[in-house]
Amino acid sequence: MKYKIGLFFFFMAFAVSAKQIVVCQSCEVKTIKEAIKMAKDGDEILIKKGVYKEQDIVIDKPISLIGEKGAVIDGNNVGGILIFQTNNFKIKGLKIINVGLSYTIEYAAIKVIRANDFIIEDCIMENVFFGILVEKSKRGIIRNNKISSNRKNEASSGNGIHIWSGEEMKIYKNEMFGLRDGIYFEFVKNSIAHNNLSYNNIRYGLHFMFSNNNEYHHNEFRNNGAGVAVMFSKFTNMHHNKFRLNWGSASYGLLLKEIYDAEIYNNLFEQNTIGINAEGSTRINYKNNTFLRNGWAVKIAGACYSNIFIKNDFLNNSLDLAYNSNINDNKFDNNYWSEYTGYDLDKDGIGDVPYRPVKLFSYIVNKTPEALILLRSLFVDIINFSEKVSPVFTPTDLMDNNPIMKRIND
Amino acid sequence: MLKILKYSFYDLMRSRWSYVYFLFYLLLGFVLLFLNNDVDKAVITLMNIIIVLTPLIGTIFGVMYYYNSKEFTELLLAQPINRSKIFMGQYLGISISLTLSLVLGLGIPFVLYGLFKSAAIFNFSLLLVVGAFLNFIFVALSYNIALSTENKIKGFGYAILMWLFLAVIYDGIFIISLVVFNSYPLDKFSLVATMFNPIDLSRILILLKLDISALLGYTGAVFRKFFGTNFGMLISMGVLVLWVVLPVLRMNFKLRKKDF
Repeated sequence: MKYKIGLFFFFMAFAVSAKQIVVCQSCEVKTIKEAIKMAKDGDEILIKKGVYKEQDIVIDKPISLIGEKGAVIDGNNVGGILIFQTNNFKIKGLKIINVGLSYTIEYAAIKVIRANDFIIEDCIMENVFFGILVEKSKRGIIRNNKISSNRKNEASSGNGIHIWSGEEMKIYKNEMFGLRDGIYFEFVKNSIAHNNLSYNNIRYGLHFMFSNNNEYHHNEFRNNGAGVAVMFSKFTNMHHNKFRLNWGSASYGLLLKEIYDAEIYNNLFEQNTIGINAEGSTRINYKNNTFLRNGWAVKIAGACYSNIFIKNDFLNNSLDLAYNSNINDNKFDNNYWSEYTGYDLDKDGIGDVPYRPVKLFSYIVNKTPEALILLRSLFVDIINFSEKVSPVFTPTDLMDNNPIMKRIND
Repeated sequence: MLKILKYSFYDLMRSRWSYVYFLFYLLLGFVLLFLNNDVDKAVITLMNIIIVLTPLIGTIFGVMYYYNSKEFTELLLAQPINRSKIFMGQYLGISISLTLSLVLGLGIPFVLYGLFKSAAIFNFSLLLVVGAFLNFIFVALSYNIALSTENKIKGFGYAILMWLFLAVIYDGIFIISLVVFNSYPLDKFSLVATMFNPIDLSRILILLKLDISALLGYTGAVFRKFFGTNFGMLISMGVLVLWVVLPVLRMNFKLRKKDF
């Protein structure tokens, strides 16, 4: 017992010993760099209101960096700003602006190198090259940040939150716009991104590369070059996201390339040029998704095997499904198709005639893209009908045997 | 001319067919709106109908009216009235009464279902404008056919064939040529090819407002760049006007030489 009390006092003493260093223009400590030099492990640095023109601030001790309202670090468009090379750090409430542009070095507002157990929260980053760049780190939390930039092309822009080689990251409630990729996961494992809003980015709202066992949900991706790109990744869980208004010549709501064993459910794809574009994607379950007013709801390019589409709503898409091969190994069952014209005599809610989602016209458009100009012409309706009656060009076994009569996911 | 226009117009207005046509559109509008209660979606469905049906009805009405009123026309021709005035009066009479049926028939249900509060009002008015153009174009074309063929049955046959060609066969040839010449750059060709068919042209005009997401694909870029701008819109409207003017001119030309 005595021992325990002793321990308690020891920790109390330790906690008390963590002191606060205040930085302001009229204080003893005028720059952040000075404060960091003075700080010991576990200290807190409070940055008061004011503009601090500093770059390349290296933090190599486990400390907390807290910004008061109106505390701004201005990088003057020269280089990177904060560089953390320590575990257990925390940064909160700072506004970081004007990160330098480089075609060879990845300058970032907050760069984290080889750090575990850190928190980055409530920060605002404006006019950045890279926003938050995390390298070889574990167990980080990035939340409630707002990252933006106004770059015009891919080469001169960086990513909002870029994680290169990380594990168990939690990224939530962030807002990203005007960047290259909103969030970029590269060699990341067991991480979650949720409730983020990513819009008006040049390339992708969220981008996965070589990242396995990750999950993202309840995010919204709007108006990006492509909503989300998941490439060369396994076991990705995607649910309750909104992919909206990704319009343009090469725009997708969700781009899947070389991915395996993913779960995609309860998402909304609304008014994208292509809702989901899948290439070399295998063993993916699409469930309870809503495809609303897309150009193509789903485009399956090639080498896609054992995918299952169950209980999805296909509503008012110009073309429901595009398929470029004659072989089908994917299963469509119990979906709602707004173009379905069959009947339900036994009133069990399931159409009595199978629905064929691939139309001859979408087959032709795949071969000759210019033929798109004949969309909704009477001739196209006629050939679609004759193909429906006796399929010649489209895969014969590609059909929904039990189409649902009413909308499923309202 | 106005007198004849008035006569033809009232004649058609009194005839049962105008009412049937009007009631058909009225019913269609109400049923469409009743079924999905969404003005936006109804406009899409309506497009399919207008593009196929308006030309067909315009064609049939034109031919039918010409042959039916032939005796009366001959009587008029015996009077000291300019030939072109007689026929222009008849032509405008038919076109205007058909357009009126279309605009009122569809307009009333849509207005009642709150069109003015909906964002679809522009799409809807474009639809009606295009529908009106199609009426004028196809009545003119069918009058041309009727003037050139004495035989009633033949005239009907040609008129239907003309409609079939423009509504279906043209697109078939179009799509086949696209597939055959796959390896050539085809965007300019397809742009020009749509200009030569009023049905295709009107379809694309409406499509660009409705199915924009599909047309935004990598091939749609050319079409969007052309039709999507005000300039493209102006040109396509100009082409539609040409489609009215040219058949009318030919009609007048034909009239001058025709021996009744």
